[in-house]
Amino acid sequence: MTKVFKYLKSLTLNEIRKGLLLTQKYFFKRKFTVRYPEEKTPKSPRFRGLHALRRYPNGEERCIACKLCEAVCPAAAITIDSDVREDGSRRTTKYEIDLFKCIYCGFCEESCPVDSIVETDIHEYHFESKGKNVMTKEQLLAIGDMYEEQIANARTKDAKYR
Amino acid sequence: MIETLEFLIFDNLIYILAIVLGVVLTVAYLTYFERKVIAFMHARMGPNRVGPRGLLQPFADVLKLLTKEIIFPKNANKFLFLIAPIITLATAFAAWAVVPFDDGWVLADINAGLVYVLAMTSLGVYGVIIAGWASNSKYALLGALRSAAQIVSYEIAMGFALVGVLVAAGTLNLSDIVRAQEGGFLNWFWLPLLPLFVIYYISGVAETNRAPFDVAEGESEIVAGFHVEYSGAAFALFFLGEYANMIIISALTALMFLGGWYSPFTGDSWIAQPSIFWFLAKTSIFLYAYFWFRASLPRYRYDQIMRLGWKVFIPITIVWIMVVAVMKVYHIGPWWN
Repeated sequence: MTKVFKYLKSLTLNEIRKGLLLTQKYFFKRKFTVRYPEEKTPKSPRFRGLHALRRYPNGEERCIACKLCEAVCPAAAITIDSDVREDGSRRTTKYEIDLFKCIYCGFCEESCPVDSIVETDIHEYHFESKGKNVMTKEQLLAIGDMYEEQIANARTKDAKYR
Repeated sequence: MIETLEFLIFDNLIYILAIVLGVVLTVAYLTYFERKVIAFMHARMGPNRVGPRGLLQPFADVLKLLTKEIIFPKNANKFLFLIAPIITLATAFAAWAVVPFDDGWVLADINAGLVYVLAMTSLGVYGVIIAGWASNSKYALLGALRSAAQIVSYEIAMGFALVGVLVAAGTLNLSDIVRAQEGGFLNWFWLPLLPLFVIYYISGVAETNRAPFDVAEGESEIVAGFHVEYSGAAFALFFLGEYANMIIISALTALMFLGGWYSPFTGDSWIAQPSIFWFLAKTSIFLYAYFWFRASLPRYRYDQIMRLGWKVFIPITIVWIMVVAVMKVYHIGPWWN
C-alpha cells in the first residue's frame, strides 16, 4: 500500500517542483560576482605584492647591505653584492630579486632592520620577455620612489598590530 | 502558369529564408540566454564582457567556431563524417516548414503536419548514429548508441502523446489543431491532456539529449557523446541542430497544448487578440524551462532514463489515450459535450 502511495506521490512531481522553486528563488537573488577590472575587492595593508626598496626622506637609500633578507629568503630569490661607497659607508652594488623564485612570504620585509625592502600592494604586473622577471636595484628603488606614499600609509595602518 | 511558378519559387524562398534566419538568430541568442539563466540561478553574472551586457557573445562564439580547424580522425569516413551534422541540422530545420506562427502564417499547410513533424524529429537520430559511426572512435560509437537508444525510446512516448492530441483535435493539421483550442486559457489542450502535456515536454527534453537526460553528453563526467571527434564548423552544425531541435520541441508544445497563437484572455480588449506574440511567448516559456531544468536537476542514471521512458511514460500515455478517446466518443464534458 505504501508502495502504491509512494508511486502516486512521485507522479505529482512535487519534489521536482520544490527544487525548481528553489532555483527560481536564486534567479532573483543578488549576484556575488565582482566584475574584476572595474570592481576590486579591498586589500589589506599587509598585502604582499611586488617588492620595492625605500629611501629616507633626504633621498638616501635605506639599504645597508646587511644581507639578512638574502639569508632569510626561503626561495633564495634575493642576490646581493656589496662594496664600500666613496663616503665610507657600506652599500649594495647589486640587489636583485627573481620574481619567479619569490614566494611572496614577506620574510625579507620582516628581517630588514631599516625597513628598506618592502612588499607593496601591487599585484597586477607582467613580464614581456625572458629575464625581465629579475628585478634590479634600480627598478626596485624606482618602484619605492613611485609608491612611497602608499607604502608608508600601509605601514602606519599596520604598525599597531606589530 | 509562369507567374504562379515564380510566385511559388520566390515567395516561398523568402519565407524559407525568413524562417531559417529567424531560427539561426534565435539559436544564437538562445545560447546567450541559457548561459545567463543558468548563471543567474547560480548567483553569478554570466557572460558580460563582449558588447553591452555580453550581448555580442554569441557572435564571438560563432566566429571562434567557424575559424577553427575541422579535424578528421584517422581512417574516418570523410563523407559520412561531414554528412552527419548536415542531416542533424537539415531535419531540425525541415520540421519548421509546417509550424504555424499565426493564423495562416505557415510555409506548408499540409494535412499530415503532425506526422511530418514526428518524421522529421525522428530522422535526426540518423545524424547521431552516422556521426558516431563515421568518427572511427569507440567513444563516439558508444555515445551514439546511448543517444540513439534514448532518442528512440522517448520517441514512442512522444508519439503516443501526439496520438492523444490527434484524438482530441480530430485532425493532423497543426493549424487546425490550434484552431480546435480556440477560446480562453481553459479551452487549451493542456488541461484535458495534462499527463500527455507533461510527458510530451519531458520526452522532448530527453529527445534533445538535454539535462537532466544528457548522459550522452554529460559534460561533468565525460567529454561528449557522439560528437566527441567533431570540431570547428562541423561541431557548430551539431550545436545549431541541437538548439534548433529544442526550439521546435518548445514551439510544438506551445502549439499542441497551449493553444499556439491564441491569447489566454477572453473578451474584446487588445490583450485578448490572437497574435504571433502569444505563440512566441509560450515558446519562450518552454525554452526557459529547458534551462531551468538544467540548473536545477541532477543527471539521471542511464537505466533510470530507460525505466522512465518504457515503464512510466508509455503506460501512462496509453491509459490517457483511452481516457481521451472515451471522453471524445461519449461527449463527456466539460470539453467535449
